[in-house]
Amino acid sequence: MRRLFIANRGEIARRIATTAVRVGIEPVVPPVDGPGAVDLLDPAAVVAAARGALADAVHPGYGFLAESPDLALDVIAAGLTWVGPSPEAIRSLGDKAAARAISRSVDVPVAAGEEPADQSDGSLATAAARIGYPVLVKPVAGGGGKGIRVVATGAELGAALAAARREAARAFGDERLLLERYVRDARHVEVQVLGDLHGALVHLGDRDCSLQRRHQKLLEEAPAPGLPQELRTALWAAAVRVASAVGYANAGTCEFLVGGDGSFVFLEMNARLQVEHPVTELVLARDLVADQLAIAGGARLEELGLTQPAIEERLAAGWHAVEVRLNAEDPARGFLPSAGRVAAVRWPDEATAFGPVGEAGVRVDAGVAEGDEVGGRFDPLLAKVIAVGADRRAALARLGEALDQTEVLGLATNLAFLRRLARLPVVLDGRARIETVEADEAVAAAARGDAGSAPPDRAWQAAARALAGLTGPAGAWGGGWRSSAPAVLRLVAVWADGTVERSVAIQDGSAPDADPPIALDGPVAHVSVDGASVAFALAPPPDLAAARERAAASSSGAAAAPGMVHSPMPGMVVAVHVERGAVLAGGDPIATVEAMKMEHVVRAPGVARVEAVLVRQGEQVERGRVLARLGALPAAGQP
Amino acid sequence: MLESRLDPASPEARANETSMRGLVEELRARTAAVAGRGAAGDDEAIERHRSRGKLPVGERIERLLDPGAAFLELSALAAGGMHEDAAPGAGIVTGIGPVEGRLCVIVANDATVKGGSYLPETVKKHLRAQEIALENRLPCLYLVDSGGAYLPLQAEVFPDRDHFGRIFYNQARMSAAGIPQVALVMGSCTAGGAYIPAMSDETVIVRGTGTIFLGGPPLVQAATGEVVSADDLGGSAVHTRVSGVADHEALDDEHALAIARSIVRHLGHRPVALPWERLAPRLPAVAALGAEGSAASLYACVSADARRSVDVREVVARLVDGSELHEFKPEYGETLVCGFAHLDGWPVAILANNGILFSSSALKGAHFIELAAQRRVPLVFLQNIAGFMVGREAEAGGIAKDGAKLVTAVASAEVPKLTVLIGGSFGAGNYAMAGRAYGPRFLWTWPNARISVMGGRQAARVLSTVRAASLPGGVWPSDAEREAFEAPILERYEAEGNPYYATARLWDDGIIDPLNTRRVLSMGIEAALEAPIPETRFGVFRM
Repeated sequence: MRRLFIANRGEIARRIATTAVRVGIEPVVPPVDGPGAVDLLDPAAVVAAARGALADAVHPGYGFLAESPDLALDVIAAGLTWVGPSPEAIRSLGDKAAARAISRSVDVPVAAGEEPADQSDGSLATAAARIGYPVLVKPVAGGGGKGIRVVATGAELGAALAAARREAARAFGDERLLLERYVRDARHVEVQVLGDLHGALVHLGDRDCSLQRRHQKLLEEAPAPGLPQELRTALWAAAVRVASAVGYANAGTCEFLVGGDGSFVFLEMNARLQVEHPVTELVLARDLVADQLAIAGGARLEELGLTQPAIEERLAAGWHAVEVRLNAEDPARGFLPSAGRVAAVRWPDEATAFGPVGEAGVRVDAGVAEGDEVGGRFDPLLAKVIAVGADRRAALARLGEALDQTEVLGLATNLAFLRRLARLPVVLDGRARIETVEADEAVAAAARGDAGSAPPDRAWQAAARALAGLTGPAGAWGGGWRSSAPAVLRLVAVWADGTVERSVAIQDGSAPDADPPIALDGPVAHVSVDGASVAFALAPPPDLAAARERAAASSSGAAAAPGMVHSPMPGMVVAVHVERGAVLAGGDPIATVEAMKMEHVVRAPGVARVEAVLVRQGEQVERGRVLARLGALPAAGQP
Repeated sequence: MLESRLDPASPEARANETSMRGLVEELRARTAAVAGRGAAGDDEAIERHRSRGKLPVGERIERLLDPGAAFLELSALAAGGMHEDAAPGAGIVTGIGPVEGRLCVIVANDATVKGGSYLPETVKKHLRAQEIALENRLPCLYLVDSGGAYLPLQAEVFPDRDHFGRIFYNQARMSAAGIPQVALVMGSCTAGGAYIPAMSDETVIVRGTGTIFLGGPPLVQAATGEVVSADDLGGSAVHTRVSGVADHEALDDEHALAIARSIVRHLGHRPVALPWERLAPRLPAVAALGAEGSAASLYACVSADARRSVDVREVVARLVDGSELHEFKPEYGETLVCGFAHLDGWPVAILANNGILFSSSALKGAHFIELAAQRRVPLVFLQNIAGFMVGREAEAGGIAKDGAKLVTAVASAEVPKLTVLIGGSFGAGNYAMAGRAYGPRFLWTWPNARISVMGGRQAARVLSTVRAASLPGGVWPSDAEREAFEAPILERYEAEGNPYYATARLWDDGIIDPLNTRRVLSMGIEAALEAPIPETRFGVFRM
């Protein structure tokens, strides 16, 4: 293997390229934007680009592409080395129904569930009733949590089926759904396996990824905390049996649900490296991408020092690693994806990247750098912050410190939430369950934050100091200067669900290094408020229209017009539920906007008539875009 | 290029620095106290004001100005120590700042101080702001919230030429001269106050809080028996729909300010062509306040001991671009330093005292002013003057007529004059260096300054010497008696020569931190350049 074509972008591409360089292979990362861009969703284009780049091997990364049997087939047919499992293994594991059958055949229990051949609502409803609520609705194809829904009662089933089909069809081109019994108090535990091309197969221990929100992993660790050794051993063995049954080669992960009673069921096997692979790497002190490349090149596990006893001996040493996903999303707004330009990033002191950790025991795999535009089109993952320690407590302590030293300024991120999360008792005690993020009050409070009515004084001060002289009038008439008194700048901050304005008298004398981290992006100062990026700018002067509206609203009390309905986030309009002239009750759906892996239904704020629908299905919209205009209903008796 | 010869580590420099630092701290404290009681504080008066839906005056001005704009406030400490110290800022805020990119004079009543009514100093401050607007052709924005003249002191605010009535006279004259007059009625405008909006080119009134009437409801009831509410008598509806006294109805303060900005945006403005080009501003090469170990600060250039002095070139070096001074006649009349320089990019002609004025210094100054007038270059006077030389030799040498030449030149020069009192300002030296009476566009004072007809010590000695003539034998019986006679004189001069005494009475446009001198002068020059610079015709110079 001389030259490796990496069919991925961002953080994943960097991860693989870093190892490739280290082991003496030249990485090729195709452009995904601009001239010469390669459509990474088109296997033929990927193979053509790989050949054009004179690559002799293709690594699919660890996104959805890695689970495309077509790409694997095309790569192999083109005579290139495929860094991944066989197309057959990918195909059989990629179909959940087939995977279940395989699992059953090797005595690994699966969740009680149904995959009706008749996909009508009625048939699925009957199946759901048989399984018993709550049920999980899942696409037959796919993974990554996309399209998965928990349905508590039969009344909600219809809407959930429609939404899940829509998402499944768009994401996987296959709208078939299956139903599973929803396991309460469940933990998500997975086992990493590695097989060579010569039939040898080992597990590399387990990981716990229970902390999820909307089926997106948020915190992952290895090993899973507090599992009885027999259960752990049983999970390892089950994973090896499932992988062996399909003749699995290269890296893969078997996912299980572990119930509160110690029972477990097999969920699926991901035929690729996972986003959370670094925690396993840090516990084992191995580079799994290097192992993947060696295996694809024909190496035997034994040659790589990967014998099961050696691995289990290392696992027994007690090392622990924890990873969190730093995302472009706003936990206080229900984890809505955010967009913006990264004005500044700061990673923990002495953190390493994409490989073995240094003395600090901290690694950051980052996909963003200063100046990057984030949001809308791509994954919300900005970076993974990973810490390792001699035991779990040490690893979490390091993670907390590392997050305190991390800053991402310029857009809303979950950093502040992660800082709090890493210190919550439910995490420290290893009690996390799949529902924890959505059900636990302490976690919900950590997500909301205790913002208060305005940013703290020191953030205003820092922003004012940074903005004085850089915005507003130039020269002697700028900087909010006052004679023999502190300079005064009237600033506006984006805060909670709105904005806050304040006149800030700039106090001198305080040392600038006591200021919170701050980054300027044009006329906007982004200031870190305990990890949250808060945007400050000069407040605009009183505006005629705004002043009139506000004054009118305050004088006429609560009689606010229904008015405009806005998109709460950037994304695509996947459904428009109303037509012009429709009469809506409060809460009626108007449009569904999808960004990344989330659908958000925009609803009517109250009784109103639709005066205009201003978007079409399939249209890309930015945050704040007006979706529809609503008007008051005519009074009774009028036409 | 000027170089600093002042050793920052010398005991003298350190003493000067410490002394000025103390004075500036006092200035900041006094300024903060005024702001706290009037414009920006949160005491009960402010809360009552807010509870009526009204913004405090400071917040009104902030919103009126362009975002991030500086505000050159004028005479912030007016009426300090007067009226039982209960009229901070004389109940009015005046100043210059950019609105929609155009420099405007803002005159805003502070209704939390005696209901915004006009004390003698309030009138004086209002008139001074109008004078600045007139001389520099700056639009006037009046934020009116006032009960009118302060009745207990009517004799000091009503009848004379420069009393209350002059405000409306000025409005009419400025309007006639094409200087826009805009009023925002953000509270009451009673009696005489009603003429401010009525005399304006364009007027905004706030619904609910703004009222305009010649006589308020109590007066109406007393006069005619008619019972009427303030709003029905002179509220926004009456004046924007019926009477036509106001033009725009605003729903609240913020809306009124938005309308005012819109008015300014649509005024139309063609900047005056400059007779020369402004250069790119450069900082002084000798930093006014450098890092530790660099040159002594501007504070150290001001002698803490009035009987000693530091070479005024040390001050100039810290004010002008690149510390470059093209000095005129450096070896002649050395007690008056004259030279051309650039300040924040503006060309300036600087006259700075470096000792007592002799005939030669006066002749040099007069010559230099002729040069500046011919070149249309603004004059900057740095005043630190004990007076003209006296004595037989000086008189015989014609010091009076040479001094008169300088005074004539100063009085006649049509270029903008800006004066800063950086030390003493005594006697005819004050006149020769463009004191208040000589119409400088702006006059600022450093907190160490002293102003009086002569120094307190001299005055006491003169008076005790005059007194001795009427004593038996023509001499004081003892030094102790003489000193007892002199002490109250000295004390009075000290009190009245104090810059806070002066600024309270509007003898200047404000006391400034020396470190702000460069900025304030630049602002003043920029404001002054809104008016064209006419050709100068000098009076007859006595030869």
